[in-house]
Amino acid sequence: MLMFVLRRLIQTIPVVIGVTFVVFFIMQLVPGDPAVLLAGEGASKETVNAIREQLGLNRPLMVQYFDYLLNVFQGDLGSSLKNSQPVLDEIMVRLPITMELAFFSILITIVLGMAAGIISAIKPYSLTDTSVMLVALLGISLPSFWFGLMMMYFFSVKLQILPVAGWDSILHVILPALTLGAGGAAIVARMTRSSMLEVIRQDYIRTARAKGLREHVIIYKHALRNALIPVITVVGLQFGALLGGTVLVESIFAINGLGRMIVDAIRMRDLPVVQGGVLAASLIFVIVNLFVDVFYRFFNKRIELN
Amino acid sequence: MSVEVNTENPIVITQTINLPKQSKLKDFLSILMGNKAAMVGAIIILFYIFIGLFAPLLAPYDPYKIILEDKLLPPSSEHWMGTDDKGRDILSRILFGSRLSMGVGFAAVAFGAFFGIIFGLVAGYYGKWVDSFIMRLMDVLLAFPGILLALAIISALGPGLINVTIAVGAFSVPLFARIVRGSTLEVKRLEYIDAIRSLGANDFIIIFRHILPNILSPIIVQGTLRLATAILSAAGLSFLGLGAQPPSPEWGTMLSNGRDFLFSAPYIAIFPGLAISILVLGFNIFGDGLRDAFDPRMKK
Repeated sequence: MLMFVLRRLIQTIPVVIGVTFVVFFIMQLVPGDPAVLLAGEGASKETVNAIREQLGLNRPLMVQYFDYLLNVFQGDLGSSLKNSQPVLDEIMVRLPITMELAFFSILITIVLGMAAGIISAIKPYSLTDTSVMLVALLGISLPSFWFGLMMMYFFSVKLQILPVAGWDSILHVILPALTLGAGGAAIVARMTRSSMLEVIRQDYIRTARAKGLREHVIIYKHALRNALIPVITVVGLQFGALLGGTVLVESIFAINGLGRMIVDAIRMRDLPVVQGGVLAASLIFVIVNLFVDVFYRFFNKRIELN
Repeated sequence: MSVEVNTENPIVITQTINLPKQSKLKDFLSILMGNKAAMVGAIIILFYIFIGLFAPLLAPYDPYKIILEDKLLPPSSEHWMGTDDKGRDILSRILFGSRLSMGVGFAAVAFGAFFGIIFGLVAGYYGKWVDSFIMRLMDVLLAFPGILLALAIISALGPGLINVTIAVGAFSVPLFARIVRGSTLEVKRLEYIDAIRSLGANDFIIIFRHILPNILSPIIVQGTLRLATAILSAAGLSFLGLGAQPPSPEWGTMLSNGRDFLFSAPYIAIFPGLAISILVLGFNIFGDGLRDAFDPRMKK
């Protein structure tokens, strides 16, 4: 197991370097000379040259990249072009909010998704199954930004039982977490159902039934444990979609998290902040995937041993 | 399976092996037609294509014309979906918007599929370091969560519908590449590929005339399902103000505008959202149906 974790950790290194590479080179797509952009319109040639010299923009691109990479590994993500504050400081303020939102959303994705999937799989092709799967299909198809607005309209404007926006109390968490977690829950529900149905058809489940075991023991002790293995991978992938989704949900509910920081930075053309924010979110996703893989392996191992 | 060789030029091999057999096509169509959900999906998609094509004939009003005295009118017999804050008819704007939203979706998927297919074919066919290099690059692109890669690209290229198309398309490239690579690996091991190679066909002909036509089904399924995601992503980016810009009747932009009137005129946000949801639902259920029809074993 330790070897597996080590191997997986080593495999992560090129991906992390690759992510920094892609982020760095995407920023080179910015049309025009960055030194001219930074100096502003009408700046003298000397000023532009001074900026170019100061930021090392006159060096070859690969040298600039290795410099960037070295800085990233030292925790230096540059400074905001708007307020000159270190990008890392801004990320450290915003990240806990986004992680809190992500935690509650993934909780909704797992609990709601698995419960719906199990309910569907217990009585396949019944009215309950069809209804649950129809709702799941709608969940996949509804745009999160529209779903969020509609929930805001219904619960905050009409019923006035939940706050419209902000991030001050647990009540503020409900609507954004539901908006962000619902799409993932729909995907997890579909996956849990199909995985459960596959497991239920296996011989050992038939044997368990023949032995006269109670249905709930068969479902929860024998079927679910095996059916959950592919679901774990889907939950891991959903975390990525969820991190991306924070961009929209934080904008709708006026939450000052990482996602909103990135969108605001794009609007203000504050490229170092965009670069840092995208990098931070991607690194979190890489780490989460690493945990999911280890967890998956552990879960699988236990089943093999059993 | 038969391979016919043109004896005058051995490179030209007639394509009989690549055409689906009549019975296979019939089976496929009968499974697809028998899938009620897939047919509902197909009807929804055709309906949207129809309204997109005939929007100028169907729209009761000019989607851009500002009539301030008609602003924020609720749905009525004159304005079925009401009017927005500038007095523009929402139904007319939705009808015209279908062109933009579907156009961006199709263009983004075409972009992603084009590069993804080439990368996947090359990686799967040549294997070894070419495969490792391309697929590691694809892994890196997949390491970006959700639409963040698209956001990074837009931050560099600037907001706008064309840039959104490129950004959303780029985010589909690794998904197509993975699927195509997997299918290429399976097909290239088949005996007929060895036979064609031994007859002197070059790699280009083998890849594009003999492998690609045989791996189209997973590409079509992935393409249909990606269309749903691409339309959602593009609308989401426009909602954030990074895609289509006002006064464009793009659905995401309309929704973003509706957000400001959620208290007084919720219908401004309700109808564009419904339009997106129904179209995406159509692509999702049609894509599911296609997958079942191409590979009935997948049906659960």
